[in-house]
Amino acid sequence: MDHYKTFEYDVLVIGAGGAGLRAAIEAHGKGVRTALICKSLLGKAHTVMAEGGMAAAMGNVWKEDNWQVHFRDTMRGGKLLNNWRMAELHAKESPDRVLELEEWGALFDRTKDGLISQRDFGGHRYARLAHVGDRTGLELIRTLQQRAVALGIDVHMEVNVQRLVKDGDRVAGAVGYYRATGDLVAFTCKAVVLATGGVGKAWKYTSNSWECTGDGMTLALDAGAELIDMECIQFHPTGMVWPPSVRGILVTEGVRGDGGTLKNTEGTRFMFNYIPEFFKSETADSEKEADAWYEDKKNNRRTPDLLPRDEVARAINSEVKAGRGTPHGGVLLDIASRRPADYIRKRLPSMYHQFKELAGVDITKDAMEVGPTCHYIMGGVRVEAETAATRVPGLYAAGEVAGGLHGANRLGGNSLSDLVVFGRRAGMAAADYAKGLGAAPALDAAQVDAAVRSLLSPFDSKGNENPYAIHSDLQECMQALVGIIRTEGELRKALEEIAVLKQRLARVRVEGGRAFNPGWHLALDLHSMLSVSEAVTLGAIERKESRGGHTRDDYPFTDDRFGTVNVVIRRSDRALGVSIEPIPPLPPELKALLGDKK
Amino acid sequence: MAATTVTMKVWRGDAKGGAFREYQVPSQEGMVVLDVIHTLQATQAGDLACRWNCKAGKCGSCSAEINGKPRLMCMTRMDTFPPGETITVAPIKTFPLYRDLACDVSFNYERAKEIPAFKPGPKEPDGTRRMWQEDVERSQEFRKCIECFLCQNVCHVIRDHPENKHSFAGPRFLMRIAELEMHPLDTHDRLELAQAKAGLGFCNITKCCTEVCPEHIHITDNALIPLKERVISEQYDPLFWLARKLTGKK
Repeated sequence: MDHYKTFEYDVLVIGAGGAGLRAAIEAHGKGVRTALICKSLLGKAHTVMAEGGMAAAMGNVWKEDNWQVHFRDTMRGGKLLNNWRMAELHAKESPDRVLELEEWGALFDRTKDGLISQRDFGGHRYARLAHVGDRTGLELIRTLQQRAVALGIDVHMEVNVQRLVKDGDRVAGAVGYYRATGDLVAFTCKAVVLATGGVGKAWKYTSNSWECTGDGMTLALDAGAELIDMECIQFHPTGMVWPPSVRGILVTEGVRGDGGTLKNTEGTRFMFNYIPEFFKSETADSEKEADAWYEDKKNNRRTPDLLPRDEVARAINSEVKAGRGTPHGGVLLDIASRRPADYIRKRLPSMYHQFKELAGVDITKDAMEVGPTCHYIMGGVRVEAETAATRVPGLYAAGEVAGGLHGANRLGGNSLSDLVVFGRRAGMAAADYAKGLGAAPALDAAQVDAAVRSLLSPFDSKGNENPYAIHSDLQECMQALVGIIRTEGELRKALEEIAVLKQRLARVRVEGGRAFNPGWHLALDLHSMLSVSEAVTLGAIERKESRGGHTRDDYPFTDDRFGTVNVVIRRSDRALGVSIEPIPPLPPELKALLGDKK
Repeated sequence: MAATTVTMKVWRGDAKGGAFREYQVPSQEGMVVLDVIHTLQATQAGDLACRWNCKAGKCGSCSAEINGKPRLMCMTRMDTFPPGETITVAPIKTFPLYRDLACDVSFNYERAKEIPAFKPGPKEPDGTRRMWQEDVERSQEFRKCIECFLCQNVCHVIRDHPENKHSFAGPRFLMRIAELEMHPLDTHDRLELAQAKAGLGFCNITKCCTEVCPEHIHITDNALIPLKERVISEQYDPLFWLARKLTGKK
């Protein structure tokens, strides 16, 4: 058997975006031996790409704002499928988490009074997103990174974790390898926090980086935890569409928050034609009212350009289908004709830069071409709201890898706040659990050996499948058959294709050695992309209605029978099982906050 | 536009040695160098090592030397090269090579550990922190840094003199010190560190760092020169020094 390095910790945090960093800082602060594992270099995680901001009802711009309104907006944006306790904790705690970042050196943009400025975003009643231009994610990750470094937390960079090891029912460690050298590593630990993010790389057009391959969801499933609402995938309405090589790269919702509007090729601001009944009472129905809303929120309702993302993505999809899209299959996002060039460059510097460099478009002069891109998964590992604990003792999950907070659709800005609110809670709970445990669990050598064998299998394969080709075929499959609009027939076809791709993956063969070999890394990532894609498809078949980030052409309306249930996925033996389980009812005091019925 | 074929020369090898290898790769409209590298991986060189994450100029992972110029591969469009030109992609030179285009950049992470953390003063009487936009903007410019380490790579103090790596933190981390020095709330004094341990004196403001910065940060003019001025004022002006000590201001 191959030699492997070993380390022993109390709490092992897997994933070093916002949630993982925040969890590690918290666990370390509780005095337990903590390590942070990054799949990339420290500070490069997908959090870095978050643009618009971090939602928190601080009331700096609109003093009418408070946690109750934020809770209501989050629940309504999620089409009430949310874990209401998570939504409550999130709305209550985000302001403190933003201020905490400021204590650690973050420099947010300011109001005229010198407080943290807040900007408008889709689905939020008030301007609520603390931000730094359009690079808020970078500010968040750098602040947390610098904090973690100052605290001296152990960081293992460019490590892929492939398998969790258990001691009886509970978590006992993890097995992986260093990407740079290919050296194997086994961690013994009392608790694991999964903070591995999403799975966007299973789709062809995505805003996600290569790291987003669903690793944590697969680790959790394999360890015996459950996934919920995997069918709820957010297609961000505005990704770049041209040129082909940049298709999918995110265009921040901040463009619309700062005054941009969507138009079809006939010049019509089409979002006025797509206001759903559910949001009618709070959405402007004339261009005049919509434009006035930016300055005066008391006497005007919100522009339909800032409806929640699921609504806008579907609207764009319909416009393009109806032949009112651009030749490249997008629509136009215009801020050039609506705001001065200086303002645009100041508020949206990286969008200006991105279009200028990659598409040759000056967004202060011309409209941007945009279309939906796979952006976020609302579903994920099922956790307890207070502790982020899964059903496996010692296993916690926070951030995009966890499900529940966002229900069927996430509001923009609620992700960065999610990371720090629940990253902190996960770190705290994991540390408490580890302290209460006494002796470390034993690392079962047989499990480690099995993990090592499967890690190295692509080198000994007798087959000749190319991992890049399998990945590309998976992306085509998910894009075409499990995209924005779904039908039972296509979903069943996707399941068949995924089964074939799994067989092909068993015959995958990689060239070269173990040192920094991206073909090998991809072959291993494909295991999790395929299991998570299967989970998403199974969930999508089971939820026979349309809600948030799950739209069924064959069941085009929301169905109350599905409005109060989670679709739950577990691994039993080698297969994935699906069941439908009720969401605990909302307590009356929270129900009262939701206001007008749909 | 139909695909055209481009000739790429890509460095293949590790710390022990290597060579440029030539590849013919199809290229389509709008492609960047990183797209071509990805095409290469998928079709001809499955084990070609390179780092990347965001592919949008936001993470700073895909630094390389393209036709000799240090750049991000994701932000270098193929159509900026004359048709028919052979495009050479090499790893950044200043750091030890792992494989192909991926280097061991741990020097930078070690240097980051040496800078004392942000340390704010007391809050306002009403419990808030008030800062003005024009004051935060100075440090915000430096916080745009995506840590691509191209400035570190190109700085001749360490590029041409590896022996200086012990006594020079490089533009990225001198700028980090400047950022904290200019942070409206910070109370810690890092000027001694800048001069003694981080080697600010080595910098002779040739602006190579500024030229390669993909975020267009004015590293030399806005960070390094003002930092040098502060160090000089601190060292040579006892009144300035006393005033600082008494008021706690910077």
